[in-house]
Formats: sequence, structure tokens, C-alpha cells
Amino acid sequence: MSEQRRIDIRIPVLARVEGEGALDLSIRAGQIDALRLEIYEPPRLYEQFLIGRHAQDVIDMTARICGICPVAYQISAVQAFESIYGTEVTPWAEAMRRVFYCGEWLQSHALHIHLLAAPDFFGCTSVVELAQKDAEAVRRGLRLQALGNDLIALFGARSVHPVGVRVGGFHHAPSLSAVADMRARLNAARADAEALVRWTAKLPLPDDEQDFVSVAMRHPDEYAITRGRLVSSAGHDLAIEDYERHFQESHVPHSTALHAHLDGKPYLVGPLARINLNYTQLPAALRGLLGGLGIHFPSRNMFHSIVARAAEVWLAVDEAARLLGEYRVPGTPIGTPTGTPAVASTPRAGIGFGCSEAPRGILWHRYVTDAQGNVVEARIVPPTSQNQARMEEDLRISLTRFGLDRPEAELRLRGETVIRNYDPCISCATHFLRLRVARV
Amino acid sequence: MEKPRIAVHKFSSCDGCQLAFLDLGEDLLTLTAQIDIRHFAEAGILGEDEAVDIAFIEGSISTPADEERIRRIRERSRLLITIGACATAGGLQALRNLADAKAWTAAVYASPEYISSLDKVQPIRALVPVDFELWGCPVNSRQILAAVGSLLNGVVPIDERDKVCMECKRQLAVCVMVSEGKPCMGPVTRTGCGALCPRFGRACYACYGPAETPNTEALGARLRGLGLVGHEIAQQFLGTTNQMPVFLDAAQRWEKTP
Repeated sequence: MSEQRRIDIRIPVLARVEGEGALDLSIRAGQIDALRLEIYEPPRLYEQFLIGRHAQDVIDMTARICGICPVAYQISAVQAFESIYGTEVTPWAEAMRRVFYCGEWLQSHALHIHLLAAPDFFGCTSVVELAQKDAEAVRRGLRLQALGNDLIALFGARSVHPVGVRVGGFHHAPSLSAVADMRARLNAARADAEALVRWTAKLPLPDDEQDFVSVAMRHPDEYAITRGRLVSSAGHDLAIEDYERHFQESHVPHSTALHAHLDGKPYLVGPLARINLNYTQLPAALRGLLGGLGIHFPSRNMFHSIVARAAEVWLAVDEAARLLGEYRVPGTPIGTPTGTPAVASTPRAGIGFGCSEAPRGILWHRYVTDAQGNVVEARIVPPTSQNQARMEEDLRISLTRFGLDRPEAELRLRGETVIRNYDPCISCATHFLRLRVARV
Repeated sequence: MEKPRIAVHKFSSCDGCQLAFLDLGEDLLTLTAQIDIRHFAEAGILGEDEAVDIAFIEGSISTPADEERIRRIRERSRLLITIGACATAGGLQALRNLADAKAWTAAVYASPEYISSLDKVQPIRALVPVDFELWGCPVNSRQILAAVGSLLNGVVPIDERDKVCMECKRQLAVCVMVSEGKPCMGPVTRTGCGALCPRFGRACYACYGPAETPNTEALGARLRGLGLVGHEIAQQFLGTTNQMPVFLDAAQRWEKTP
């Protein structure tokens, strides 16, 4: 009898995720008896050693929390310091930060879709195997990823831990010729982006509808990336300063990452949450493409995350091409070299907040500074710790629906597929865990 | 000829140095045709205990379990190469080593869930012999391909130990310290990045670690001349390679200077 089966599944190293995690599952009498998504990567205590540092150090150091989404850390951090110092960046810098951020969405989403998630839907263990089955799709993915990296490097000199962001704007404005080359490549990549959306829509994705609360940023003028208010499908509409009043983090023993809840319940952040909440702000051409493929948002099928990611790749290519179409080197007649494209600011004491839509969802920062503008207190909430409670909830529901009497290998693969669908970034999630100090 | 067997292992890190492989674009497919990847968890290939010709190590060591894992990897790897500041020098997270020593001296205990973590964050060379070290936070694809290319041809890779200043001259970049008085770490920092920061008009912040024969005393004095106080000069040396003795000594010296 299957009900009598005792199954213990342990996946000691989760493959194709960023960082080190494990899954423990025990089934007794046909029911899930215990399920734990373990995050055991050692904590790195960033919030501790940011204390005493100035804004540029924080921008450069927090980038090192995650090699895959350093732009998100830099933008959330710089916003917080600009709000403390009362710095108003120029519309040029605001627009170019959005382009810079589009590079990260493009790079991170293309990497996740092709190298991490898609092999599951082709019965492959890695992108190397996938390339033997669908070489064109893999090549297209690697091309889009490379384009995203080059777009980051246009404003940051390199794609991992870029060096271009500073309080007030950027350290450097790209030349007109570099931007013209990039614009041509972005326009040429539109065909790849459309083909990618079509390809993900045709993947054999499981149909697994669930109830969950989506949380994302929203901005009246644009599909929110770098700025906005926090909204949820449960009706929340908050300034980023009010985050801590509704969202709580708690420590569970099996994880070196904290779990976050919204008014006591799990919630979802990331591409599916964003597209569910802000679908009407997507360009009409993209909405038409998705509708024509029979994919409708908002969607309750968690596996539509990969389509949402592909749609955001399309959006990133389109937005970057559009915004660079109007590119001018700031503050100078066309074609002349430029000074530093940043407005001046004076460090001061205060409390500041920053929030932006990292590829995996909202990334929230809060800093308190002293009179010199140096950090007295820091708090950073990354997307993966916010999704962790939702991931465990999803695993319970989807594995039960999938059938707990299935062979272990199938349960194991489905469990891993569910986890990878969230694109968890464990390096991000384990930056913190503050040292609790007991004095004797 | 048999393809060389390669493994990529991760310890405490941001995952950014592994991206030097995964960000190769279509060259990634060319590379995988020439080598046999036996372990690379992020890429979906699991074979932690397999014997390999070259093991690339990302990340630093901060738990007893990781200490044991790196020893096991060393036993099964013909060559072991560290990639990036964490594996090579401990990384930013090694700043914890200083905090422990400085602020929480005598009677300080961490919460129980972390008792298993080691007192110090350590680079790989503190635990096992390392055949070659690639510096940078992060390392870039050019460095990785140059190292793999050399090793595949039986040649020792070139150890780039020049200062960033030399690279600025080669790139015809204007010196940001001389022309704008910016507190640049280029005079003591190892090249390999391509002098990215000075070429962007900002000061180098030493993410590639110490160059050969760095004169930290002279640079510190120059930074002081630019208006930095001792504590600020110390922080300049406490970046991604803060545990390198030459930087750590300089930081401790300048910290005591008003």
C-alpha cells in the first residue's frame, strides 16, 4: 500500500541554483510529515561590517552580496543615501539607471532561463546537455545574456560588481559612439527576445494553480524597476518607508537565511508577482504577443514564472533601446567630452530607504547615518529570504498534488524543479544573520 | 587525447567569480567542447568527489564542514586554482576577523546556531596547498581563459603582479590622483582588471589586492596629503583583500594615526 510508504528524500546539494542549499522531505502514511528547505551557506555578516563606512563603500560593498544582481544592490543603496542627503538626480541619471538595470534583468533572466531552469523541461541535467537537444535556443540565450552583460558594462565598466554608480548619478557617461553600437545591438536583439517568449510559452510547463499573494513595486509612469511604491494583490499600497510595519522576518533553525512574512503570511516576489500586478503597464506589442500565445496574466500557475521572465527580457531589450534612442551626453553640447555626470551632495545624518526590483524581486535597504554621512545602522532584505516561506508552502502543495506515491526520483526532480522556478539566490539570502552578542 | 577533467567548487562567496565561466556567452559552448566538466553545481553538474585535473575554487572557508570539504577536494585534484578575492584572500566577509578581535574581545559569544562556524574566515591557501591564484573581485573571463589556455598547453599561467598604475599608462588613462586629487589605490593594487576605475574617472579601490612590492606607507602619506584622516586611510586598505598581511598591517598602522 502506498499509504504505508515511508520515504525520506534528501537532496544534499541543490544544483542549478545560486549558492548552497538542500531539501529535506519526509513522507509518512501518504502525508508530508516534514519539509525543510535548508540554506546552509555560511552567513557573511554584511550588515555588521557596513557600519562606519561611507556611501561609496556601501555601494561597492553591498554589490558583493550577490555576483548575479550587483546592480540591484547598488541602486537600492544609492537611493537610500540620496534620500538622506537630499540629493535629486537629473532625469538623465534616472533614465540611465533604468537602462543599467535593464542590463541586469536581461543578463540574470537569460542565465536563469537557459542555464538553470530550462534543462528540467527537456530531461537534461545541464545546459551542456540541453545544447545537444536545442542548440539554437541555447545559443540565443547565451547571446541575450552576453548583451545584458555588455549593457551593464556600458555604465559600469564590468558586468559583475560594476564600478559606475555614485551618489548623485554616475562616475562616467558612455560616449555617443558606444551608445550607438549598443542601440544597434539592442534593436537587432528584438527578434531573439520575441523568439525567446514564444519558446518559453511552448515548454511543457506543469499546470499547477495556487493561491498566493504577489508583492511588487509600482510606479505610475512605468513598469517599475528602479522606483515606486510597494503594492500587493491583497490590496497593500505602501511607501517603501513603511515596509517594516507590514513585513516581518523571523529566523528558523534550519536556515542561515531569515524567512519573511507579509502580515503573518507567505508571499511571492519576482517576475511573476511583478507581471501579475503591473501587466497593464507592459507595452501593447508585448501584451499582444503573450495573449496570442495563450498565456494570460495575472496567472496563478507558478510555472508561468519562466514566461514572465522571458517577457521581462523582451521588455528590458525594448526599454533599453527606447531610452538609449534619446541618449545625449549630459550637460554638454553633442559630441564633446564630459565631466562627471553627477550632481553634488553633502553627506549628513539621517535615515534613508532604498528599494528596487532586483531580477528575483524587491530588494529593500535601510541605513542610518551620522553627521559625516557614515553608516551607523544597516538593514538589507533580499528577495530570496522573502520567497523562502512561499517556496516551502509551494513545495507542500505541488508535491502533494503531483502524487506522494510516485517514485522517489520523480518526487526529487519535481521538488528541485519547483525550487528552481523561484530562481533562489542563496548567496543573497545568507549575507546577514546578525551576530547576537551575549556578554557574561 | 583525453579531455582535461575540470571542477568548479563554491565556498562562502557571492557566486560572481563562477560567472567568469557562465558569462562567456557562446564561447561557453566552445570551452565545454574542449574540457570535461565533472563538478559545477550552479551549472547542474554534480560530482564533488570525482578526481579531476584542475579544480577551480571560489569562496573562503568559514565552517568546519567547509574545512573538511576543501581537504577532500585537494586530495582528488591534480591542480588547484583559486579564483577571486574570497578564495585567494578571504574576501570582504573576512572583515569579521577584525570585528571579533577589535570590538568583541573577551566575553563575547555568538548565538548557538553559529557555534559550528570557525573563529576566522580564511583563504584557501591557509588550509591546503594552492597551485595558482587568480586575483580579482571578481575575476574576469579573460583571466580564466588565459589560465585554462596556458594549463591546457602545459604552461604555467602568467602571474600579473604589476600595479594598476602601469595599466593606466598602457591604456593612456589620465591619472585621477594627480589630475583630480582622488584617493586612488592604484599605486599598491595588482593589475588584471584593465584599470577600469581610473578609466571611468574614479579612484581604484583595490579590489584586485596587493601588487608586488607595494609601498603602503608612501601611499598612506599621500592620501593624508589629500585630506584623509588615519581612520579613513585604514578603511582604504580594508576592502575585498583585507586579510592580506601587507594591507592589514597598513590598516592597523594608519588606524592608530590621528
